[in-house]
Amino acid sequence: MTPALGVLPAVLAQVEIRKRTGQGCVQENGFCPDWIANNLDKYVSPLLEHIYLTFVSVAIGFVIAFALAILAHRHRWTTGPIIAITAAAFTIPSIAAFLLLLPITGFGSTTAIIALVVYTLLILFRNLITGLRNVPAETVDAARGMGLTDRQILWQVELPLAVPEILAGIRIAVTTTVGLATLAFFAGAGGLGEQIYSENAGTGGIEFKSNVVVAGGLAVLLAAVSDLIFLSLQRLLTGWQRASAP
Amino acid sequence: MGFPPVLAAAAGGGPDCPPGPKAGAIDFGEAVDFIFNKRQSVGGTVCVGGPGEIVDLAVNHLVISFIAVAVGIAIALPVGLWLGHIGRFEFIATSISNVGRAVPTLALLAFFVAFLGKGELNVIVVLALLAIPPILTNTYVGVRQVSPDAVDAARGQGMTGLQILRQVELPLAMATIFAGIRTAAVAVVATATIAPLANVETLGTPIIVPQQYAIAGQLGAAIVVAVITLLTDALLGLAQRAVTPRGIRAVTPTPRIVRIPFLQRRAQTT
Repeated sequence: MTPALGVLPAVLAQVEIRKRTGQGCVQENGFCPDWIANNLDKYVSPLLEHIYLTFVSVAIGFVIAFALAILAHRHRWTTGPIIAITAAAFTIPSIAAFLLLLPITGFGSTTAIIALVVYTLLILFRNLITGLRNVPAETVDAARGMGLTDRQILWQVELPLAVPEILAGIRIAVTTTVGLATLAFFAGAGGLGEQIYSENAGTGGIEFKSNVVVAGGLAVLLAAVSDLIFLSLQRLLTGWQRASAP
Repeated sequence: MGFPPVLAAAAGGGPDCPPGPKAGAIDFGEAVDFIFNKRQSVGGTVCVGGPGEIVDLAVNHLVISFIAVAVGIAIALPVGLWLGHIGRFEFIATSISNVGRAVPTLALLAFFVAFLGKGELNVIVVLALLAIPPILTNTYVGVRQVSPDAVDAARGQGMTGLQILRQVELPLAMATIFAGIRTAAVAVVATATIAPLANVETLGTPIIVPQQYAIAGQLGAAIVVAVITLLTDALLGLAQRAVTPRGIRAVTPTPRIVRIPFLQRRAQTT
Protein backbone atom coordinates (compact mmCIF):
# COMPACT_ATOMS: atom_id res chain seq x y z
CA MET A 1 0.00 0.00 0.00
CA THR A 2 2.57 2.55 1.08
CA PRO A 3 4.92 2.22 -1.93
CA ALA A 4 1.94 2.52 -4.25
CA LEU A 5 0.83 5.65 -2.48
CA GLY A 6 4.34 6.99 -2.81
CA VAL A 7 4.30 6.93 -6.60
CA LEU A 8 0.76 8.22 -6.85
CA PRO A 9 1.66 11.90 -7.39
CA ALA A 10 4.05 10.92 -10.17
CA VAL A 11 1.41 8.75 -11.85
CA LEU A 12 -1.16 11.51 -11.56
CA ALA A 13 1.25 13.99 -13.10
CA GLN A 14 1.87 11.63 -16.00
CA VAL A 15 -1.84 11.10 -16.57
CA GLU A 16 -2.21 14.88 -16.63
CA ILE A 17 0.50 15.25 -19.28
CA ARG A 18 -0.97 12.44 -21.40
CA LYS A 19 -4.39 14.04 -21.27
CA ARG A 20 -2.98 17.29 -22.53
CA THR A 21 -1.11 15.71 -25.45
CA GLY A 22 -3.90 13.30 -26.36
CA GLN A 23 -1.42 10.42 -26.14
CA GLY A 24 -2.88 9.03 -22.94
CA CYS A 25 -6.12 8.10 -24.54
CA VAL A 26 -4.35 5.91 -27.09
CA GLN A 27 -2.06 4.32 -24.51
CA GLU A 28 -4.95 3.58 -22.20
CA ASN A 29 -6.91 2.21 -25.17
CA GLY A 30 -9.86 4.48 -24.72
CA PHE A 31 -12.14 5.73 -27.44
CA CYS A 32 -10.24 8.70 -28.81
CA PRO A 33 -11.95 11.21 -31.12
CA ASP A 34 -8.68 13.18 -31.38
CA TRP A 35 -6.76 10.15 -32.60
CA ILE A 36 -9.52 9.33 -35.08
CA ALA A 37 -9.53 12.87 -36.46
CA ASN A 38 -5.75 12.78 -36.88
CA ASN A 39 -5.61 9.31 -38.45
CA LEU A 40 -8.64 9.32 -40.68
CA ASP A 41 -6.44 9.45 -43.78
CA LYS A 42 -5.16 5.94 -42.97
CA TYR A 43 -8.60 4.58 -43.76
CA VAL A 44 -9.13 6.27 -47.13
CA SER A 45 -7.28 3.85 -49.39
CA PRO A 46 -8.53 0.70 -47.57
CA LEU A 47 -12.06 2.06 -47.97
CA LEU A 48 -11.47 2.63 -51.69
CA GLU A 49 -10.00 -0.88 -52.00
CA HIS A 50 -13.08 -2.24 -50.27
CA ILE A 51 -15.42 -0.35 -52.61
CA TYR A 52 -13.42 -1.52 -55.62
CA LEU A 53 -13.50 -5.18 -54.51
CA THR A 54 -17.23 -5.04 -53.82
CA PHE A 55 -18.42 -3.37 -56.98
CA VAL A 56 -16.09 -5.10 -59.42
CA SER A 57 -17.09 -8.47 -57.93
CA VAL A 58 -20.82 -7.77 -58.02
CA ALA A 59 -20.54 -6.41 -61.58
CA ILE A 60 -18.67 -9.46 -62.89
CA GLY A 61 -20.94 -11.74 -60.85
CA PHE A 62 -23.98 -10.09 -62.38
CA VAL A 63 -22.75 -10.62 -65.94
CA ILE A 64 -22.10 -14.32 -65.26
CA ALA A 65 -25.34 -14.83 -63.31
CA PHE A 66 -27.25 -13.07 -66.09
CA ALA A 67 -25.85 -15.41 -68.72
CA LEU A 68 -26.63 -18.41 -66.50
CA ALA A 69 -30.16 -17.15 -65.87
CA ILE A 70 -30.85 -16.78 -69.58
CA LEU A 71 -29.51 -20.29 -70.12
CA ALA A 72 -31.72 -21.63 -67.31
CA HIS A 73 -34.68 -19.69 -68.67
CA ARG A 74 -34.29 -21.32 -72.09
CA HIS A 75 -33.41 -24.77 -70.80
CA ARG A 76 -35.23 -25.31 -67.53
CA TRP A 77 -33.38 -28.50 -66.61
CA THR A 78 -30.14 -26.53 -66.10
CA THR A 79 -31.63 -24.62 -63.13
CA GLY A 80 -31.14 -27.46 -60.63
CA PRO A 81 -27.47 -28.13 -61.43
CA ILE A 82 -26.62 -24.40 -61.53
CA ILE A 83 -28.20 -23.82 -58.10
CA ALA A 84 -26.59 -26.97 -56.68
CA ILE A 85 -23.10 -25.92 -57.79
CA THR A 86 -23.37 -22.25 -56.77
CA ALA A 87 -24.94 -23.23 -53.42
CA ALA A 88 -22.11 -25.65 -52.67
CA ALA A 89 -19.59 -22.91 -53.49
CA PHE A 90 -21.54 -20.46 -51.33
CA THR A 91 -21.24 -22.84 -48.37
CA ILE A 92 -17.44 -22.80 -48.36
CA PRO A 93 -16.24 -20.21 -45.80
CA SER A 94 -14.85 -17.12 -47.51
CA ILE A 95 -11.63 -17.20 -45.49
CA ALA A 96 -10.96 -20.75 -46.77
CA ALA A 97 -11.79 -19.77 -50.35
CA PHE A 98 -9.40 -16.80 -50.26
CA LEU A 99 -6.59 -19.05 -49.03
CA LEU A 100 -7.33 -22.04 -51.26
CA LEU A 101 -7.13 -19.90 -54.39
CA LEU A 102 -3.63 -18.71 -53.48
CA PRO A 103 -1.72 -21.65 -55.03
CA ILE A 104 -3.64 -21.12 -58.27
CA THR A 105 -3.87 -17.35 -58.67
CA GLY A 106 -1.36 -15.97 -56.15
CA PHE A 107 -1.63 -13.02 -53.77
CA GLY A 108 -3.58 -10.00 -54.92
CA SER A 109 -6.96 -8.54 -55.65
CA THR A 110 -7.58 -10.94 -58.57
CA THR A 111 -7.77 -13.86 -56.15
CA ALA A 112 -10.13 -11.99 -53.86
CA ILE A 113 -12.35 -10.93 -56.74
CA ILE A 114 -12.60 -14.48 -58.11
CA ALA A 115 -13.79 -15.75 -54.72
CA LEU A 116 -16.20 -12.84 -54.21
CA VAL A 117 -17.67 -13.27 -57.71
CA VAL A 118 -18.40 -16.93 -56.96
CA TYR A 119 -20.20 -15.89 -53.76
CA THR A 120 -22.47 -13.45 -55.60
CA LEU A 121 -23.56 -16.04 -58.19
CA LEU A 122 -26.07 -17.96 -56.03
CA ILE A 123 -27.80 -14.80 -54.79
CA LEU A 124 -27.95 -13.08 -58.18
CA PHE A 125 -28.89 -16.18 -60.15
CA ARG A 126 -31.68 -17.14 -57.77
CA ASN A 127 -33.23 -13.69 -57.92
CA LEU A 128 -32.83 -13.37 -61.70
CA ILE A 129 -34.54 -16.69 -62.33
CA THR A 130 -37.30 -15.96 -59.79
CA GLY A 131 -37.92 -12.62 -61.47
CA LEU A 132 -38.12 -14.17 -64.94
CA ARG A 133 -40.40 -17.00 -63.77
CA ASN A 134 -42.75 -14.63 -61.95
CA VAL A 135 -43.71 -12.89 -65.17
CA PRO A 136 -47.39 -13.81 -65.74
CA ALA A 137 -47.88 -16.33 -68.53
CA GLU A 138 -50.72 -14.20 -69.99
CA THR A 139 -48.33 -11.29 -70.45
CA VAL A 140 -45.89 -13.45 -72.39
CA ASP A 141 -48.75 -14.92 -74.42
CA ALA A 142 -50.04 -11.44 -75.23
CA ALA A 143 -46.56 -10.39 -76.35
CA ARG A 144 -46.26 -13.49 -78.51
CA GLY A 145 -49.70 -12.80 -79.95
CA MET A 146 -48.50 -9.34 -80.95
CA GLY A 147 -45.80 -11.04 -82.98
CA LEU A 148 -42.78 -10.50 -80.72
CA THR A 149 -39.91 -12.94 -81.16
CA ASP A 150 -38.46 -14.85 -78.19
CA ARG A 151 -35.60 -12.41 -77.99
CA GLN A 152 -37.92 -9.42 -78.04
CA ILE A 153 -40.10 -11.01 -75.35
CA LEU A 154 -37.05 -11.52 -73.15
CA TRP A 155 -35.68 -7.97 -73.48
CA GLN A 156 -38.89 -5.98 -73.79
CA VAL A 157 -41.30 -7.90 -71.57
CA GLU A 158 -39.73 -10.41 -69.21
CA LEU A 159 -36.60 -8.57 -68.09
CA PRO A 160 -38.33 -5.23 -67.42
CA LEU A 161 -40.97 -7.03 -65.36
CA ALA A 162 -38.26 -8.89 -63.44
CA VAL A 163 -36.44 -5.70 -62.44
CA PRO A 164 -37.75 -5.61 -58.81
CA GLU A 165 -36.45 -9.12 -58.05
CA ILE A 166 -33.21 -8.49 -59.93
CA LEU A 167 -32.46 -5.32 -57.97
CA ALA A 168 -33.43 -7.02 -54.71
CA GLY A 169 -30.82 -9.65 -55.58
CA ILE A 170 -28.19 -7.01 -56.32
CA ARG A 171 -28.88 -5.37 -52.94
CA ILE A 172 -28.37 -8.64 -51.07
CA ALA A 173 -25.27 -9.40 -53.15
CA VAL A 174 -23.72 -6.00 -52.42
CA THR A 175 -24.24 -6.10 -48.64
CA THR A 176 -23.04 -9.71 -48.48
CA THR A 177 -19.95 -8.89 -50.54
CA VAL A 178 -19.06 -5.90 -48.34
CA GLY A 179 -19.07 -8.28 -45.38
CA LEU A 180 -17.08 -11.01 -47.13
CA ALA A 181 -14.53 -8.52 -48.45
CA THR A 182 -13.47 -7.74 -44.87
CA LEU A 183 -11.57 -11.04 -45.02
CA ALA A 184 -10.11 -10.41 -48.49
CA PHE A 185 -6.81 -9.34 -46.97
CA PHE A 186 -6.04 -13.03 -46.46
CA ALA A 187 -5.74 -13.11 -50.24
CA GLY A 188 -3.53 -10.02 -50.13
CA ALA A 189 -6.24 -7.70 -51.44
CA GLY A 190 -6.30 -5.18 -48.57
CA GLY A 191 -9.63 -3.61 -47.71
CA LEU A 192 -11.06 -2.46 -44.40
CA GLY A 193 -10.58 -5.88 -42.82
CA GLU A 194 -6.83 -5.44 -42.89
CA GLN A 195 -7.19 -2.25 -40.85
CA ILE A 196 -9.35 -4.03 -38.30
CA TYR A 197 -7.07 -7.00 -37.99
CA SER A 198 -3.51 -6.10 -38.63
CA GLU A 199 -1.13 -4.62 -36.11
CA ASN A 200 1.02 -3.58 -39.07
CA ALA A 201 -1.61 -1.41 -40.71
CA GLY A 202 -0.61 1.51 -38.50
CA THR A 203 -3.97 1.52 -36.80
CA GLY A 204 -3.28 -0.45 -33.64
CA GLY A 205 -5.06 -3.65 -34.65
CA ILE A 206 -8.03 -5.49 -33.28
CA GLU A 207 -7.60 -4.53 -29.64
CA PHE A 208 -7.56 -0.78 -30.20
CA LYS A 209 -11.07 0.53 -29.63
CA SER A 210 -10.84 3.66 -31.77
CA ASN A 211 -9.52 1.67 -34.73
CA VAL A 212 -12.17 -1.02 -34.47
CA VAL A 213 -14.92 1.57 -34.30
CA VAL A 214 -13.67 3.47 -37.37
CA ALA A 215 -12.75 0.51 -39.58
CA GLY A 216 -15.74 -1.62 -38.56
CA GLY A 217 -18.05 1.38 -38.72
CA LEU A 218 -16.89 2.23 -42.23
CA ALA A 219 -17.61 -1.34 -43.36
CA VAL A 220 -21.13 -1.24 -41.91
CA LEU A 221 -21.66 2.24 -43.35
CA LEU A 222 -20.50 1.11 -46.79
CA ALA A 223 -23.00 -1.76 -46.71
CA ALA A 224 -25.81 0.53 -45.57
CA VAL A 225 -25.08 3.30 -48.09
CA SER A 226 -24.76 0.89 -51.04
CA ASP A 227 -28.00 -0.74 -49.98
CA LEU A 228 -29.71 2.66 -49.91
CA ILE A 229 -28.38 3.56 -53.35
CA PHE A 230 -29.75 0.39 -54.89
CA LEU A 231 -33.01 0.77 -52.95
CA SER A 232 -33.46 4.23 -54.49
CA LEU A 233 -32.63 2.80 -57.90
CA GLN A 234 -35.18 0.08 -57.31
CA ARG A 235 -37.89 2.63 -56.45
CA LEU A 236 -36.88 4.79 -59.40
CA LEU A 237 -37.06 1.94 -61.92
CA THR A 238 -40.22 0.36 -60.58
CA GLY A 239 -42.52 3.36 -60.27
CA TRP A 240 -45.05 1.40 -62.33
CA GLN A 241 -45.45 -1.05 -59.45
CA ARG A 242 -46.75 1.60 -57.08
CA ALA A 243 -48.98 3.20 -59.72
CA SER A 244 -51.37 0.26 -59.67
CA ALA A 245 -55.14 0.59 -59.35
CA PRO A 246 -56.33 2.54 -56.28
CA MET B 1 10.25 -42.71 -29.24
CA GLY B 2 12.07 -39.43 -29.19
CA PHE B 3 15.26 -38.33 -27.52
CA PRO B 4 15.35 -37.11 -23.96
CA PRO B 5 15.42 -33.31 -24.11
CA VAL B 6 19.17 -33.09 -23.46
CA LEU B 7 20.06 -35.51 -26.24
CA ALA B 8 17.63 -33.87 -28.62
CA ALA B 9 19.26 -30.54 -27.97
CA ALA B 10 22.68 -32.11 -28.47
CA ALA B 11 21.54 -33.66 -31.75
CA GLY B 12 20.56 -30.19 -32.90
CA GLY B 13 16.87 -31.07 -33.16
CA GLY B 14 14.24 -29.28 -31.13
CA PRO B 15 10.86 -30.96 -31.00
CA ASP B 16 10.18 -34.54 -31.98
CA CYS B 17 9.20 -34.04 -35.60
CA PRO B 18 10.84 -33.37 -38.96
CA PRO B 19 11.56 -29.79 -40.00
CA GLY B 20 8.89 -28.02 -42.04
CA PRO B 21 9.28 -27.02 -45.68
CA LYS B 22 11.16 -23.90 -46.66
CA ALA B 23 9.13 -20.79 -46.10
CA GLY B 24 7.01 -19.49 -48.93
CA ALA B 25 6.09 -22.79 -50.59
CA ILE B 26 2.48 -22.25 -51.64
CA ASP B 27 1.08 -25.50 -52.94
CA PHE B 28 -1.58 -28.01 -52.09
CA GLY B 29 0.86 -30.89 -51.59
CA GLU B 30 2.41 -29.17 -48.58
CA ALA B 31 -1.04 -28.25 -47.29
CA VAL B 32 -2.26 -31.85 -47.40
CA ASP B 33 1.00 -32.99 -45.84
CA PHE B 34 0.39 -30.53 -42.98
CA ILE B 35 -2.93 -32.26 -42.24
CA PHE B 36 -1.48 -35.76 -42.12
CA ASN B 37 2.05 -35.28 -40.78
CA LYS B 38 3.33 -33.13 -37.99
CA ARG B 39 6.36 -30.98 -38.58
CA GLN B 40 8.40 -28.28 -36.83
CA SER B 41 6.90 -24.84 -36.52
CA VAL B 42 8.48 -21.94 -38.39
CA GLY B 43 10.59 -21.04 -35.36
CA GLY B 44 11.51 -24.71 -34.89
CA THR B 45 10.40 -24.65 -31.25
CA VAL B 46 7.30 -26.88 -31.30
CA CYS B 47 5.56 -29.43 -33.47
CA VAL B 48 2.60 -28.28 -35.53
CA GLY B 49 0.11 -30.02 -37.79
CA GLY B 50 -0.64 -33.69 -38.08
CA PRO B 51 -3.89 -35.53 -37.32
CA GLY B 52 -3.49 -35.08 -33.54
CA GLU B 53 -3.52 -31.29 -33.58
CA ILE B 54 -6.05 -31.04 -36.41
CA VAL B 55 -8.52 -33.27 -34.55
CA ASP B 56 -8.04 -31.31 -31.30
CA LEU B 57 -8.66 -28.03 -33.11
CA ALA B 58 -11.62 -29.45 -35.04
CA VAL B 59 -13.25 -30.74 -31.84
CA ASN B 60 -12.86 -27.36 -30.16
CA HIS B 61 -14.14 -25.67 -33.32
CA LEU B 62 -17.26 -27.83 -33.42
CA VAL B 63 -17.95 -27.65 -29.66
CA ILE B 64 -17.84 -23.83 -29.72
CA SER B 65 -20.01 -23.74 -32.83
CA PHE B 66 -22.50 -26.18 -31.33
CA ILE B 67 -22.86 -24.16 -28.13
CA ALA B 68 -23.31 -20.95 -30.11
CA VAL B 69 -25.99 -22.45 -32.36
CA ALA B 70 -27.75 -23.95 -29.32
CA VAL B 71 -27.80 -20.54 -27.62
CA GLY B 72 -29.02 -18.98 -30.87
CA ILE B 73 -31.86 -21.52 -31.11
CA ALA B 74 -32.76 -21.08 -27.43
CA ILE B 75 -33.23 -17.35 -28.00
CA ALA B 76 -34.50 -17.09 -31.59
CA LEU B 77 -36.88 -20.04 -31.69
CA PRO B 78 -39.27 -19.00 -28.87
CA VAL B 79 -39.24 -15.36 -30.00
CA GLY B 80 -39.84 -16.31 -33.64
CA LEU B 81 -42.61 -18.75 -32.73
CA TRP B 82 -44.33 -16.22 -30.54
CA LEU B 83 -44.07 -13.35 -33.04
CA GLY B 84 -45.27 -15.66 -35.80
CA HIS B 85 -48.14 -16.91 -33.67
CA ILE B 86 -49.42 -13.44 -32.82
CA GLY B 87 -48.54 -12.28 -36.35
CA ARG B 88 -47.07 -8.94 -35.39
CA PHE B 89 -43.74 -7.12 -35.71
CA GLU B 90 -43.32 -8.59 -39.17
CA PHE B 91 -40.95 -5.82 -40.19
CA ILE B 92 -38.55 -6.53 -37.31
CA ALA B 93 -38.70 -10.28 -37.70
CA THR B 94 -37.97 -10.22 -41.40
CA SER B 95 -35.47 -7.37 -41.57
CA ILE B 96 -33.28 -8.59 -38.70
CA SER B 97 -31.60 -11.01 -41.10
CA ASN B 98 -30.81 -8.15 -43.49
CA VAL B 99 -29.22 -6.19 -40.67
CA GLY B 100 -27.30 -9.29 -39.61
CA ARG B 101 -25.93 -9.67 -43.11
CA ALA B 102 -24.76 -6.06 -43.31
CA VAL B 103 -22.55 -6.35 -40.21
CA PRO B 104 -19.25 -7.99 -41.19
CA THR B 105 -18.43 -10.81 -38.78
CA LEU B 106 -14.84 -9.64 -38.49
CA ALA B 107 -16.03 -6.19 -37.41
CA LEU B 108 -18.43 -7.71 -34.88
CA LEU B 109 -15.74 -9.92 -33.37
CA ALA B 110 -13.26 -7.03 -33.36
CA PHE B 111 -15.80 -4.88 -31.54
CA PHE B 112 -16.20 -7.52 -28.84
CA VAL B 113 -12.45 -8.04 -28.51
CA ALA B 114 -11.72 -4.32 -28.23
CA PHE B 115 -14.52 -3.40 -25.85
CA LEU B 116 -15.29 -6.56 -23.88
CA GLY B 117 -12.06 -8.53 -24.13
CA LYS B 118 -11.00 -11.90 -25.45
CA GLY B 119 -12.09 -15.37 -24.43
CA GLU B 120 -14.50 -18.19 -25.16
CA LEU B 121 -17.56 -16.50 -23.71
CA ASN B 122 -17.25 -13.49 -25.99
CA VAL B 123 -16.67 -15.67 -29.04
CA ILE B 124 -19.78 -17.71 -28.21
CA VAL B 125 -21.81 -14.51 -27.81
CA VAL B 126 -20.60 -13.22 -31.20
CA LEU B 127 -21.36 -16.52 -32.91
CA ALA B 128 -24.77 -16.75 -31.21
CA LEU B 129 -25.57 -13.21 -32.41
CA LEU B 130 -24.73 -14.45 -35.88
CA ALA B 131 -27.00 -17.48 -35.50
CA ILE B 132 -30.06 -15.60 -34.24
CA PRO B 133 -31.17 -13.62 -37.36
CA PRO B 134 -31.62 -16.51 -39.83
CA ILE B 135 -33.33 -18.71 -37.21
CA LEU B 136 -35.63 -15.91 -36.05
CA THR B 137 -36.63 -14.86 -39.56
CA ASN B 138 -37.17 -18.41 -40.78
CA THR B 139 -39.19 -19.35 -37.70
CA TYR B 140 -41.40 -16.30 -38.14
CA VAL B 141 -41.90 -16.89 -41.84
CA GLY B 142 -42.44 -20.62 -41.26
CA VAL B 143 -45.22 -20.02 -38.74
CA ARG B 144 -46.85 -17.32 -40.87
CA GLN B 145 -46.83 -19.65 -43.88
CA VAL B 146 -48.99 -22.21 -42.07
CA SER B 147 -52.35 -22.28 -43.78
CA PRO B 148 -54.93 -20.21 -41.84
CA ASP B 149 -57.42 -23.01 -42.55
CA ALA B 150 -55.33 -25.44 -40.51
CA VAL B 151 -55.18 -22.97 -37.62
CA ASP B 152 -58.92 -22.29 -37.84
CA ALA B 153 -59.66 -26.01 -37.85
CA ALA B 154 -57.50 -26.46 -34.77
CA ARG B 155 -59.23 -23.59 -33.02
CA GLY B 156 -62.61 -25.01 -33.98
CA GLN B 157 -61.62 -28.26 -32.29
CA GLY B 158 -61.18 -26.29 -29.11
CA MET B 159 -57.38 -26.13 -29.01
CA THR B 160 -55.83 -23.32 -26.98
CA GLY B 161 -53.30 -20.90 -28.45
CA LEU B 162 -50.40 -22.81 -26.97
CA GLN B 163 -51.73 -26.12 -28.25
CA ILE B 164 -52.14 -24.68 -31.74
CA LEU B 165 -48.58 -23.38 -31.60
CA ARG B 166 -47.12 -26.68 -30.43
CA GLN B 167 -49.25 -29.17 -32.30
CA VAL B 168 -50.12 -27.39 -35.53
CA GLU B 169 -47.89 -24.43 -36.31
CA LEU B 170 -44.57 -25.80 -35.06
CA PRO B 171 -44.70 -29.11 -36.97
CA LEU B 172 -45.86 -27.41 -40.17
CA ALA B 173 -43.14 -24.75 -39.87
CA MET B 174 -40.43 -27.28 -39.04
CA ALA B 175 -38.89 -27.48 -42.53
CA THR B 176 -38.51 -23.71 -42.78
CA ILE B 177 -37.21 -23.43 -39.20
CA PHE B 178 -34.63 -26.10 -39.89
CA ALA B 179 -33.54 -24.32 -43.05
CA GLY B 180 -32.80 -21.32 -40.82
CA ILE B 181 -30.89 -23.44 -38.32
CA ARG B 182 -28.89 -24.89 -41.18
CA THR B 183 -28.01 -21.45 -42.58
CA ALA B 184 -27.07 -20.32 -39.06
CA ALA B 185 -24.94 -23.39 -38.36
CA VAL B 186 -23.01 -23.04 -41.60
CA ALA B 187 -22.36 -19.36 -40.90
CA VAL B 188 -21.26 -20.12 -37.33
CA VAL B 189 -18.91 -22.94 -38.31
CA ALA B 190 -17.42 -20.71 -41.01
CA THR B 191 -17.00 -17.76 -38.66
CA ALA B 192 -15.53 -19.79 -35.81
CA THR B 193 -12.47 -19.79 -38.07
CA ILE B 194 -11.64 -16.25 -36.93
CA ALA B 195 -12.14 -17.08 -33.24
CA PRO B 196 -8.35 -17.28 -32.62
CA LEU B 197 -8.38 -13.46 -32.87
CA ALA B 198 -10.04 -13.66 -29.44
CA ASN B 199 -7.57 -16.27 -28.15
CA VAL B 200 -9.88 -19.21 -28.70
CA GLU B 201 -8.25 -22.18 -30.41
CA THR B 202 -10.15 -23.43 -33.44
CA LEU B 203 -9.25 -24.66 -36.91
CA GLY B 204 -8.60 -21.00 -37.65
CA THR B 205 -5.51 -21.02 -35.44
CA PRO B 206 -3.11 -22.10 -38.21
CA ILE B 207 -4.73 -19.48 -40.48
CA ILE B 208 -4.44 -16.63 -37.98
CA VAL B 209 -0.94 -17.53 -36.76
CA PRO B 210 1.09 -18.06 -39.96
CA GLN B 211 4.19 -16.90 -38.06
CA GLN B 212 4.16 -20.36 -36.50
CA TYR B 213 2.22 -22.56 -38.91
CA ALA B 214 3.50 -21.14 -42.22
CA ILE B 215 1.49 -20.95 -45.43
CA ALA B 216 1.20 -24.75 -45.56
CA GLY B 217 -0.62 -24.64 -42.21
CA GLN B 218 -2.90 -21.88 -43.45
CA LEU B 219 -3.84 -23.83 -46.56
CA GLY B 220 -4.15 -27.14 -44.70
CA ALA B 221 -6.49 -25.59 -42.14
CA ALA B 222 -8.47 -23.91 -44.94
CA ILE B 223 -9.03 -27.31 -46.56
CA VAL B 224 -10.24 -28.84 -43.28
CA VAL B 225 -12.52 -25.85 -42.55
CA ALA B 226 -14.06 -26.06 -46.04
CA VAL B 227 -14.69 -29.81 -45.68
CA ILE B 228 -16.20 -29.45 -42.20
CA THR B 229 -18.52 -26.66 -43.36
CA LEU B 230 -19.72 -28.68 -46.35
CA LEU B 231 -20.30 -31.70 -44.08
CA THR B 232 -22.25 -29.55 -41.60
CA ASP B 233 -24.43 -28.30 -44.43
CA ALA B 234 -24.99 -31.79 -45.83
CA LEU B 235 -25.78 -33.37 -42.44
CA LEU B 236 -28.23 -30.63 -41.49
CA GLY B 237 -29.79 -31.00 -44.93
CA LEU B 238 -30.50 -34.64 -44.08
CA ALA B 239 -31.80 -33.65 -40.64
CA GLN B 240 -34.04 -31.08 -42.29
CA ARG B 241 -35.64 -33.81 -44.37
CA ALA B 242 -36.00 -36.01 -41.33
CA VAL B 243 -37.90 -33.41 -39.26
CA THR B 244 -40.23 -32.44 -42.08
CA PRO B 245 -43.65 -34.06 -41.48
CA ARG B 246 -44.24 -36.69 -44.16
CA GLY B 247 -47.51 -35.08 -45.18
CA ILE B 248 -45.95 -31.86 -46.41
CA ARG B 249 -42.69 -33.35 -47.65
CA ALA B 250 -43.95 -33.93 -51.17
CA VAL B 251 -45.89 -30.68 -51.43
CA THR B 252 -43.50 -28.11 -49.94
CA PRO B 253 -40.17 -27.79 -51.70
CA THR B 254 -37.26 -27.50 -49.27
CA PRO B 255 -36.47 -23.79 -48.92
CA ARG B 256 -32.76 -24.15 -49.51
CA ILE B 257 -31.91 -26.36 -52.38
CA VAL B 258 -28.49 -27.87 -51.91
CA ARG B 259 -28.23 -31.15 -53.71
CA ILE B 260 -25.16 -33.25 -53.33
CA PRO B 261 -26.01 -36.22 -55.52
CA PHE B 262 -24.15 -38.81 -53.46
CA LEU B 263 -25.73 -37.78 -50.16
CA GLN B 264 -29.13 -37.35 -51.71
CA ARG B 265 -29.18 -40.89 -52.97
CA ARG B 266 -28.27 -42.07 -49.48
CA ALA B 267 -31.07 -39.97 -48.06
CA GLN B 268 -33.63 -41.55 -50.29
CA THR B 269 -32.68 -45.12 -49.52
CA THR B 270 -32.72 -44.67 -45.76
